[in-house]
Amino acid sequence: MRNITYVEAIREAMSQEMRANQDVFILGEDIGIYGGAFGVTNGMIEEFGPERVRNTPISEAAISGCAVGAAMTGMRPILELQFSDFITIAMDNIVNQAAKMRYMFGGKANVPVVIRTPGGSGAGFAAQHSQSLEAWMAHIPGLKVVQPSTPYDAKGLLKAAINDDNPVMFYEHKMLYGVRGDVPEETYEIPLGKADIKKEGTDVTIVATSMMVHKSLEAAKLLEEEGISVEVIDPRTLVPLDKETILHSVRKTGRVIVVYEAVKRGGYGAEIASMIGESDVFDYLDAPIMRLGGRAVPMPYNAFLEQKAVPQVEDIVQACKTIMNK
Amino acid sequence: MSKLGENSLFSQEQLRKMLYDMLLIRRFEEKVEQLFQQGKIHGTMHLCIGQEATAVGACAVLTNEDKIISTHRGHGHCIAKGTEVDRMMAELLGKVTGYCKGKGGSMHIADLDKGNLGANGIVAGGLPLATGAALTSKMKELGYVVVCFFGDGSTNEGAFHESLNLASVWNLPVIFFCENNQYGMSGSIKEMTNIQHIAERAASYGIPGEIVDGNDLLEVTEVTKKAVERARNGKGPTLIEAKTYRWRGHSRSDARKYRTRDEEKEWKTKDPIELFKNKLIEENILTEAAFLEIEEQVKKEIEAAVEFAENSPIPGEETLETDIFA
Ligand SMILES: Cc1ncc(C[n+]2csc(CCOP(=O)(O)OP(=O)(O)O)c2C)c(N)n1
Repeated sequence: MRNITYVEAIREAMSQEMRANQDVFILGEDIGIYGGAFGVTNGMIEEFGPERVRNTPISEAAISGCAVGAAMTGMRPILELQFSDFITIAMDNIVNQAAKMRYMFGGKANVPVVIRTPGGSGAGFAAQHSQSLEAWMAHIPGLKVVQPSTPYDAKGLLKAAINDDNPVMFYEHKMLYGVRGDVPEETYEIPLGKADIKKEGTDVTIVATSMMVHKSLEAAKLLEEEGISVEVIDPRTLVPLDKETILHSVRKTGRVIVVYEAVKRGGYGAEIASMIGESDVFDYLDAPIMRLGGRAVPMPYNAFLEQKAVPQVEDIVQACKTIMNK
Repeated sequence: MSKLGENSLFSQEQLRKMLYDMLLIRRFEEKVEQLFQQGKIHGTMHLCIGQEATAVGACAVLTNEDKIISTHRGHGHCIAKGTEVDRMMAELLGKVTGYCKGKGGSMHIADLDKGNLGANGIVAGGLPLATGAALTSKMKELGYVVVCFFGDGSTNEGAFHESLNLASVWNLPVIFFCENNQYGMSGSIKEMTNIQHIAERAASYGIPGEIVDGNDLLEVTEVTKKAVERARNGKGPTLIEAKTYRWRGHSRSDARKYRTRDEEKEWKTKDPIELFKNKLIEENILTEAAFLEIEEQVKKEIEAAVEFAENSPIPGEETLETDIFA
């Protein structure tokens, strides 16, 4: 199988879907000849032309609403929102329009729009370009929320998102764009709502998302040497959430740590922890559920502080050791 | 370039200081670019090389009490408003001695003591803020005016239109200063709007719209001065459009595929620093020897700034959670 980057996997998913279905098109700022801020759409305008790889003015409110309008009238737009932070400007169209439309209209409207957007820290872009705001979206009924951590997942999940008849928030991580992995050339979908066991283990379950999947896997390797066996579960989609895979793992290990980059307070980790606590798996727990999340600070520019603001491999290792002694 | 002659607004000393400031901006950014390439500055950066006359020209007619709000491309505005390059450099290196203690970086420098209300990483994010700062001035009768810098790309954001309207109906002392450098990232202004001049948009809000050659320092000062006087006399906002050019790419990763090298060459013949220097020499306000002296001083100031920044400590982890709440 080919080894390609996360960026290439996303591009391939879009290109294949655009070839297969004339209704699929992409719009966004600088996605034309520039290839997008992170190069995701590089070369696409050459194949699909400016009608279907539609370069927009810097107008997040307009282009997000436009994507929703196109979706409800029969197109399948993919909106590239240049940085996930700019969702604040597109918020009304996503939250008040896209998410509610089908429900408000008694099931009549179809809104098959995908909003792809890079989030996360680690690039030194400071507080207005580094946030992880996926929990906001997960809170809104009517939106699906996807967070792929590998090139393989990115391709399969994006295809599923494009073919889904609901608005889907597709969170990419800017530090994952260069990450490589095995990805089949042929088309395939990964159903939304299906978690993946990234590594099997017996002592502790780590539920990790996006970048934190990689950090957790690294931590698991280090812990293995110390005789602690870690299972790493990647939910891949926050909405819908694959509760079964998570609960099954916790039944096996009896210990769980939820690791995510977004601010811990009010974050999605609390949702996962509560979901476990409210389930019958509660009786299997040998230790209180732990959460590791970002500190409640706007992302600092300085590289050292930036690192300290979100969980690192050492923090995950430490958390596992702590929970093992409980 | 207009004649300086007898009725110049400025003393010879002031004129030479403006040349000094433009050169300081140019050399500061060249240095920053170099440090970036050496890996000493991380994150991203947006250079205003080629646009020095708009920053210096507009700020030259402001008092210390007057305010500015800047953009992601704001090094020039900061320097022109009196921000010291040593603490700016420290900020770019993420040091604790920087204007934002290393937490803001290039895109977020603020220097409230000098009336610099901050740079902004959100395109058009500054316009409503400037409107509010002008409201304060009016309500408390403080007499200051606000100059809000933004790029041509910003004028397609909703915030641009809403701010101009609000400032107009409330008759606020704010100057909306558009640095039309022809591109918003890769989107040329020709491609992204269907009007010839952004200044035409002023008509929709019932305020004056002025067009000025942004590479001509004196023209910029004249037009801005007129707008400042209007604002101070309670006559409300003005939209100024200064035509200029950004010599470098949008940011570090820009291959500039969206424009031709010929176009770049053409604009470089209108170097605002060269034009102004020649003007001063022509009118016997500057000698070649005096110019060399200025160059030497600028060089020293930059060297000292780099030394100061490099010798400054990085912020400690204890600062990660400070400065969040009062
Ligand atoms: C709301 C928002 N959308 C998009 C961006 C990404 N971005 C940063 S600068 C820029 C171009 C801005 O162009 P313009 O306003 O003309 O200013 P210039 O860069 O030319 O100085 C873009 C698209 C952003 N920072 N904020």
